[in-house]
Amino acid sequence: MAVMSYADAAKLAVAEAMREDDRVWCVGEDLGRGGVFKQYTGLVEEFGPKRISDAPISEAAIMGAAFGAAMVGTRPIVEMRFADFALCATDELVNQIAKARFMFGGQSRAPMVIRKPMGMWRSSAAQHSQSLEGWYAHIPGLVVCCPATPQDNYAMMRAAIACDDPVVYLEHKNIWALEGEVDTSLRGEFGKARLRRSGGDVTIVSWSDTANVAEAAAGALADRGIAAEVIDLISLWPWDKRAVLDSVRKTGRLIVAHEAVAVGGFGAEVVATVAQSGARLSAPPVRLGAPRSLVSYAPNLEDKLRVTAAMIAEAADKMMEAEPA
Amino acid sequence: MSLRNFDTRAGLARLILMERIRAFEETARRAAVEEGLVLGAIHLSIGQEAVAVGLIESLRRDDYITSTHRGHGHTLAKGADPQAMMKELLGRAGGCCGGKGGSMHIADFGVGMLGANGVVSANITIAAGAAHGVKLLGGDQVVVCFFGDGAANRGPFLEGLNWAGVFDLPILFVCEDNRYSASTLTAAMTSGNVAGRARALGLRVTEIDGNDVEELAQVAAEITARIRETGQPEFLHALTYRLDGHTYFDPATYRPEGEAERMRAERDPIARQRELLFEAGLSVAELNTVREAARDEMAAALEAARAAPWPDEASVFDDVQDVGSPAMEAF
Ligand SMILES: Cc1ncc(C[n+]2csc(CCOP(=O)(O)OP(=O)(O)O)c2C)c(N)n1
Ligand SMILES: [Mg+2]
Repeated sequence: MAVMSYADAAKLAVAEAMREDDRVWCVGEDLGRGGVFKQYTGLVEEFGPKRISDAPISEAAIMGAAFGAAMVGTRPIVEMRFADFALCATDELVNQIAKARFMFGGQSRAPMVIRKPMGMWRSSAAQHSQSLEGWYAHIPGLVVCCPATPQDNYAMMRAAIACDDPVVYLEHKNIWALEGEVDTSLRGEFGKARLRRSGGDVTIVSWSDTANVAEAAAGALADRGIAAEVIDLISLWPWDKRAVLDSVRKTGRLIVAHEAVAVGGFGAEVVATVAQSGARLSAPPVRLGAPRSLVSYAPNLEDKLRVTAAMIAEAADKMMEAEPA
Repeated sequence: MSLRNFDTRAGLARLILMERIRAFEETARRAAVEEGLVLGAIHLSIGQEAVAVGLIESLRRDDYITSTHRGHGHTLAKGADPQAMMKELLGRAGGCCGGKGGSMHIADFGVGMLGANGVVSANITIAAGAAHGVKLLGGDQVVVCFFGDGAANRGPFLEGLNWAGVFDLPILFVCEDNRYSASTLTAAMTSGNVAGRARALGLRVTEIDGNDVEELAQVAAEITARIRETGQPEFLHALTYRLDGHTYFDPATYRPEGEAERMRAERDPIARQRELLFEAGLSVAELNTVREAARDEMAAALEAARAAPWPDEASVFDDVQDVGSPAMEAF
């Protein structure tokens, strides 16, 4: 097992897949110089500028052209630079890529990985900070994946490239440099959560970088004798309902934490699913997400929107107190 | 078109295909208006058949096309089965998209028809991408992208043409200019002109009478051969006219009085081709036989479609996605 960064883990997965399959190629702005987050550094030297392709600042064309190329037999990896800019290619993703296979009665496939670096990244303000994973989970036809660790960024990227469905692949910008051990024999499985920590008192469901925050919260809770179980969903569609329901049946307490705006966020789906399952809860479930406001440039304002480990731990504390003796 | 160099056999084949397209659409319109059998909005290409026929004639079966909401003609010309198309318009099993797409998503990947599109202009970047894929895979196919004059006012026009130029892609962009964007005169909403935009983006541009199938076929053969040879994108602006409304239920009252009637009398590409063939020696009876045969073929397609069952209800969950398919979800 090697230790590598979150960015390098995905890069390794891309390089290995490209060596194995000539049909895999990458396209996006500035890829020839390694991409804006250096997640493609060195790839153009190995694979050449046709397969690590620069692109004009034409998000709609990057998405639409990659889709056309997928329909005739290639397997594109599309780089959107920032999840925010991917909104310029919304028609191409939502109306074309997600729907083509169904609309054309199964005649076409869109085996694509659509990388959209997401999330708050210090002082990037409102147009370079969004977490919109919940939008994509709402769209039939798309697979949605938000890995939180180097291991999962490697294994899920391998799975995404191998997948015949379009995969919206949201990497968190805050953790490009996060290091961890990576077992390159592992391949991810969509819809299979990772148990980040087990415990019998409270279930904390999360994904993307907030799963790392939740794990830190669980550490703090353990110091005060509260055993939190942390479930990192990794993929939001499909998502591992079984893991969440089994855990909640055990703990009777549920916290869902994510960076996205809480209103209409995917946390609501998780809480609703648990509620509908009839699982007996010993405290009302808690949903932690950003208030319905915008990400600021000033750090103190930006922080007002963050879900912190302290907030998660406090929610757990309250739930434990609420329990009748 | 003069009679010099006129190839009667090829000219007759062109007439046959144009008559088949028109018969398909007239049959579909009747099925919509009189019987309510065609379910959604359909956009007819009546009057524009020459563009589809003239352009696609020079393509191989494994070449690709993309089309628009007005795509029946392109699809038939590329070789799709009219029965499967008619079933699709009626939303029936056996439709080319299994009854899931209808007219605006008509497609036949088996003949290289990569789909009509319900979103104006969206097929332009997709077509550029198909050509990009051909190039990456080392193929020698050509892509033809059909779109309307109105589509040139959306961003994908700029992005798609630029893309094809930047990556040197084997694609022909065909602006099928029928002068209207739904009820709006396109010129009133267009600064400059479409061909000028394509030129500014560095593409070789040809402007042509889109109602002259002979001229179109000859020029298209030259252009597609050149694209196959050079791998460079080109642009064709074909001026034509939509003889009917925007949709089959649009009375098109926004057009100046007499315009459509004059165009029908003077510029109908099918009438022009019949005249040419008559001058070349075919009898009116022979020409009428062509029309009758086309109508019979499409009447049979409609009967087959009418007799076809609705799609199997279980198919509603098919072909959404493999991973996380709704069929695997409990409701
Ligand atoms: C993005 C988008 N905007 C608006 C529409 C509604 N619409 C459908 S066809 C059409 C007119 C298109 O004009 P043109 O591109 O010239 O094609 P034509 O209908 O003349 O063949 C409009 C506005 C649409 N389908 N997609
Ligand atoms: Mg038009």
